[in-house]
Amino acid sequence: MAEKKKLSVSAITNGTVIDHIPANKLFTVISILGLDKLSENRMTFGTNFRSDRFGRKAIIKVSKKFFEQSDFDKIALVAPKAKLNIIKEYEVVEKWEVKVPEEIIAIAKCMNPKCVTNHEAIATKFKVLNDDGKISLKCNYCQKITTQEYMEIIK
Amino acid sequence: MKNRSLVSIDDYTKEEYLEILRVAAEFEKNPVQNILEGRVVATLFFEPSTRTRLSFESAVNYLGGRIIGFTDASSSSVKKGESLKDTILTVCNYSDLIVMRHPLEGSAKYASEVASVPIINAGDGANQHPTQCLLDLFSIQKTQGTLENLTISMVGDLKYGRTVHSLLMAMSHFNPTFKFISPVELKMPDEYKMFLDSKGIKYEEYLDLAENIKDSDIIYMTRVQRERFADPLEYEKVKNVYVLKNDMLEGTKDNLRILHPLPRVNEIDTDVDGNEKAYYFQQAQNGVYARMAIMTKMLGLK
Repeated sequence: MAEKKKLSVSAITNGTVIDHIPANKLFTVISILGLDKLSENRMTFGTNFRSDRFGRKAIIKVSKKFFEQSDFDKIALVAPKAKLNIIKEYEVVEKWEVKVPEEIIAIAKCMNPKCVTNHEAIATKFKVLNDDGKISLKCNYCQKITTQEYMEIIK
Repeated sequence: MKNRSLVSIDDYTKEEYLEILRVAAEFEKNPVQNILEGRVVATLFFEPSTRTRLSFESAVNYLGGRIIGFTDASSSSVKKGESLKDTILTVCNYSDLIVMRHPLEGSAKYASEVASVPIINAGDGANQHPTQCLLDLFSIQKTQGTLENLTISMVGDLKYGRTVHSLLMAMSHFNPTFKFISPVELKMPDEYKMFLDSKGIKYEEYLDLAENIKDSDIIYMTRVQRERFADPLEYEKVKNVYVLKNDMLEGTKDNLRILHPLPRVNEIDTDVDGNEKAYYFQQAQNGVYARMAIMTKMLGLK
């Protein structure tokens, strides 16, 4: 099993492997990172792998793609235990665990239709509430809570 | 408090509440002064609220200040599509202080971030209305002689009523006991009850009004509105249950006072008005003194 995993990771020469995504969040992660819009990068993904931590997990491997802090914050909102492995020349050169940020700016939309941020050109700002991996967002402006199921990421 | 905006009741500490109330009491003794002479206060009412606007304007006028502004968005450049930011930045050039009422939630917070003068939130949608809360505190302190250890019955729409939520947060500094009296559909939201639990503050929930006000020091009435009910039949069942009538006040405490943020529709029967325990009109007058205190503190004049 371990050997097989190593083999699949080393299937990309240069790029990023995102591991420990909850199985049901795979397509959300693909969408919020805009991976479905990539035209050049080779990407493979799999889901429903067995995981001690989630029961079922998903994994994404993207060639020649390296992420930035704002991407980490986005991933953390839907997959707060995700791990990123940076691959260069078949080797894992860096490992990152996403960290749920305390505050996010201009990343998510407020679900309150009467919130000022949905009517004026304002960068949204939220305090991130982390209830044991269940993420919700408290709007800095209207103070309303946006729960994970209603979370909409600004791309 | 100088130059700091007042957007939410949490913007002030317990000590700052008490300081506002102290200054408000001073103004009550001596309400006609020229302390705001040469100052311009802008009242920007993006939605109409006659009572709140008149209260602020009365406070400014008694203190010798000048007022500019508009009474609803249709008579302003907002109608032409101007952004809130542009309106605020422009009006900052014309005034020392902005009082704003806006239908969108969070609008006052945003305005306070872009403005170069302090902002007073006079209501942002269903979110916050902190000056109402401070005048409620002033009314409670005046009628009870203290804010500490009081029993407060909140009645009516406890789910959507922003005034009861702000008052709950503010009073939580003073060891109150709350009685929440409302229809099931309009119960106090869990987040507020959890907050009270975390601070060890006692509260009980009731459906019946008449039986649960006997040991109260304050009854805070709010209106049960038809549009809050998904099922009109449910509204018909409860609409008369949360109407305070004079005969219900028999056997209540002598120091009991009845507050209401106004406007009242029918939730307090007019036969209560003559009862010495009815305090809602004096409460409105207290609003003028509380707003005098808030504005002069903000401008560094007190």
